Amino acid sequence: MSTNSTPIEQKTKLHVQRYVQEENPAVNYLNAKSGIMSWLGTLDHKRIGVMYLISISFFFFVGGMLALLLRTELWTPAKTIIEADTYNHVFTLHGAIMIFLFLVPSIPAALGNFLLPIQLGCKDFAFPRLNLFSFYLYVFGALFSVTAILTGGLDTGWTFYTPYSITTSSSVIAMTMGVFILGFSSILTGINFIITTHKMRAPGLSWGKLPLFVWSAYATSIIQVLATPVLGITLLLLIMERVLQIGIFDPALGGDPVLYQHFFWFYSHPAVYIMIVPGFGVISEVIATFSKKTIFGYWAIALSSLAIAFMGFVVWGHHMFVSGQSPLASFFFSFITFLVGIPTGIKIFNWVSTMYRGSISLEAPMLYALGFLFLFTVGGLTGIFLGTLSVDVHLHDTYFVVAHFHYVMVGGMVMALLAGLHYWWPKMFGKMYNKTAAFVAWLVIFVGFNVTFLPQFVLGSRGMPRRYYNYIDEFQALHQISTIGAYMLGLGFGIIFVYLLISLLKGKAAPSNPWNARTLEWTISSPPTEHNFEHVPVVLHGPYDYHFPIEEFQLGVAGGHHDIDVHTEKVVTKPIETEE
Amino acid sequence: MANISSTTRPAHLQHHFVDSDQQFDSAKLGMWVFLVTEILFFGGLFAAYVIYRSWYPDLYIQASELLNTTWGAINTVVLIGSSLTVAMAIRSAQTNNNRGVYINMMITLALAVVFMVIKYFEYTHKFHLGIFPGGNFAPTGEAAEILTHPKANIFFSIYYMMTGLHGIHVVIGIGLMIWLAVKAKNNAFSAEYYTPVEVVGLYWHLVDIIWIFLFPLLYLID
Repeated sequence: MSTNSTPIEQKTKLHVQRYVQEENPAVNYLNAKSGIMSWLGTLDHKRIGVMYLISISFFFFVGGMLALLLRTELWTPAKTIIEADTYNHVFTLHGAIMIFLFLVPSIPAALGNFLLPIQLGCKDFAFPRLNLFSFYLYVFGALFSVTAILTGGLDTGWTFYTPYSITTSSSVIAMTMGVFILGFSSILTGINFIITTHKMRAPGLSWGKLPLFVWSAYATSIIQVLATPVLGITLLLLIMERVLQIGIFDPALGGDPVLYQHFFWFYSHPAVYIMIVPGFGVISEVIATFSKKTIFGYWAIALSSLAIAFMGFVVWGHHMFVSGQSPLASFFFSFITFLVGIPTGIKIFNWVSTMYRGSISLEAPMLYALGFLFLFTVGGLTGIFLGTLSVDVHLHDTYFVVAHFHYVMVGGMVMALLAGLHYWWPKMFGKMYNKTAAFVAWLVIFVGFNVTFLPQFVLGSRGMPRRYYNYIDEFQALHQISTIGAYMLGLGFGIIFVYLLISLLKGKAAPSNPWNARTLEWTISSPPTEHNFEHVPVVLHGPYDYHFPIEEFQLGVAGGHHDIDVHTEKVVTKPIETEE
Repeated sequence: MANISSTTRPAHLQHHFVDSDQQFDSAKLGMWVFLVTEILFFGGLFAAYVIYRSWYPDLYIQASELLNTTWGAINTVVLIGSSLTVAMAIRSAQTNNNRGVYINMMITLALAVVFMVIKYFEYTHKFHLGIFPGGNFAPTGEAAEILTHPKANIFFSIYYMMTGLHGIHVVIGIGLMIWLAVKAKNNAFSAEYYTPVEVVGLYWHLVDIIWIFLFPLLYLID
């Protein structure tokens, strides 16, 4: 009977055997089925992850091109290539596409989809159909956004602030509808992650043995589940405001536009953590692996993700210091904003401590992780400036905010995504990439990024407002440096695209564990087979047990459990004694 | 997974679960988390309600006079009754009684339809008085005499948004119950497998509970 929930351990006795994985299987998840429909209708979390990866890469390209267009326009103080109205559309679309179509789904939906079930030692998410459905919601939401672009564009800024978003003639409804649908995609992904983490862990995989990537994905999912519905209702009210003039946010009808800002930031501040917390997980994995050392402060890193997730819900007011909220509220919001610095700082110090006396190898993923540490720290600290009430009054809505945000989102999240992509690329596609090219691309991106955004801190502190089409002549030199940096960034991403494509076509075959890492995904073949594990795995070691030699580091097999027929040729039949 | 013999796995068990318990617990926890998102979704509207009510308490007292407490109370009883029958449907499934599931689902379905019909008459009555949502708000006759507050339109915007969104959830619930009734007719449920009945039951209880909050907040002021 289903309600009768005796723990599995009591019901069936686990017979644990050591197990050695197969290298480069002829049949894997990429070629097990063929044809376009086998991809579009797949329930395999790995294939869905790859489809997400392709989609977010596409939108990253679109958003990046828009960014280059903006920077090109800002080459001269007056008109350079596009009209002022077009400029408004372009910066809005750059923001909306990058945030809703790229950053929010990036690590959770692409890497998380691929990795989470494998790291948990199961065959798939708890709800594979829901997972595919969430991908189609993403596609559907993206189509709405594209419709918005084609039918009049959008010039409100990505925040859709009322009352302008009620009166503008651009396609607010199509775009907000798109974001509304994307929100549901994000919620369903979050639910799937939470349930899978709770209910699908392999035997032996206790909470204390979860990889930190899982912890961060779990924390992110909590934010997605709790915050996104509020965005949903906010956008629904905004749509109703335009369709029916319900008046809740419209001052002309007796409503309150600041209420919209409260609603919007109640989601959108936590959303910033949806974008960055998964990055923390990637960095934890990469730094432990390439320092060949047990992660320092496992629980501190794991729980600080949750702390950030919860604190993220009570700081939204720091976006509204100059919007006319009560000074007392601003005071508390400012104070709690400072507190967010504590769990974030805990993470940074733990990562640095992990590297201390580690055997660091500067492979491509580690380079990006180091880039992350530098850039994210700058982004985080400038956030403290902005959280300070008096300073924010000066810096609000200037390029300082733009630079801060990009240091966190590009310097933090995109660096983490690239670290993760380079780290798990051999696992995802079974191919290695050219390490020299990877180093060159990293260098170009790291330098290009700083050339782009460091001048913007200076511009902002001197009073250059964000979202402006024109500026005074004195700012031209800094703007031009920034534009040159933007082109360097574009070049760097171009190099990555080229060598990853070459790797796919004729890269060297990757071994199952190229980095000698310890988490579960490295104990299965590269690329994984359709069901990830040929046996129900039993987790014997912690994810960062680098004090064991790799030979001892193997996966147990749960035998006798639900009639699992053990392939004797694959299994080293050596029943282990009580290990831990 | 090829090396799991199919004889020991019941037909309802999806390939990626170890056993029925895991499948059932996952689905149930999944529904609970989804209900949390629903509460936050409505939470935005409740927040708007609370904020406007604290700004304009007199507006709420005045405008709620136009809501018909009797019909609201009847609808409350109807929904609470339907929660009982949905719980009885789950009980029937647990005792291998597919016929019981079918009958209880049909009663729940009928009660849900009664709720929507009453809601329809409430809405049309308001439209008749010129109380339209949003920009078309132009009360006439007795409604115009009562609604002297300049922000009366906003109260009714909140009313229509809250009850409208709730109504959409009732309609979705009706769809789910038709689906379950068809499955029960085909003897799909048993004591070993009744996950859909359980999770739809959870959903329906939430729809009920939201109404239980909406009714006093909108109708029973004063």
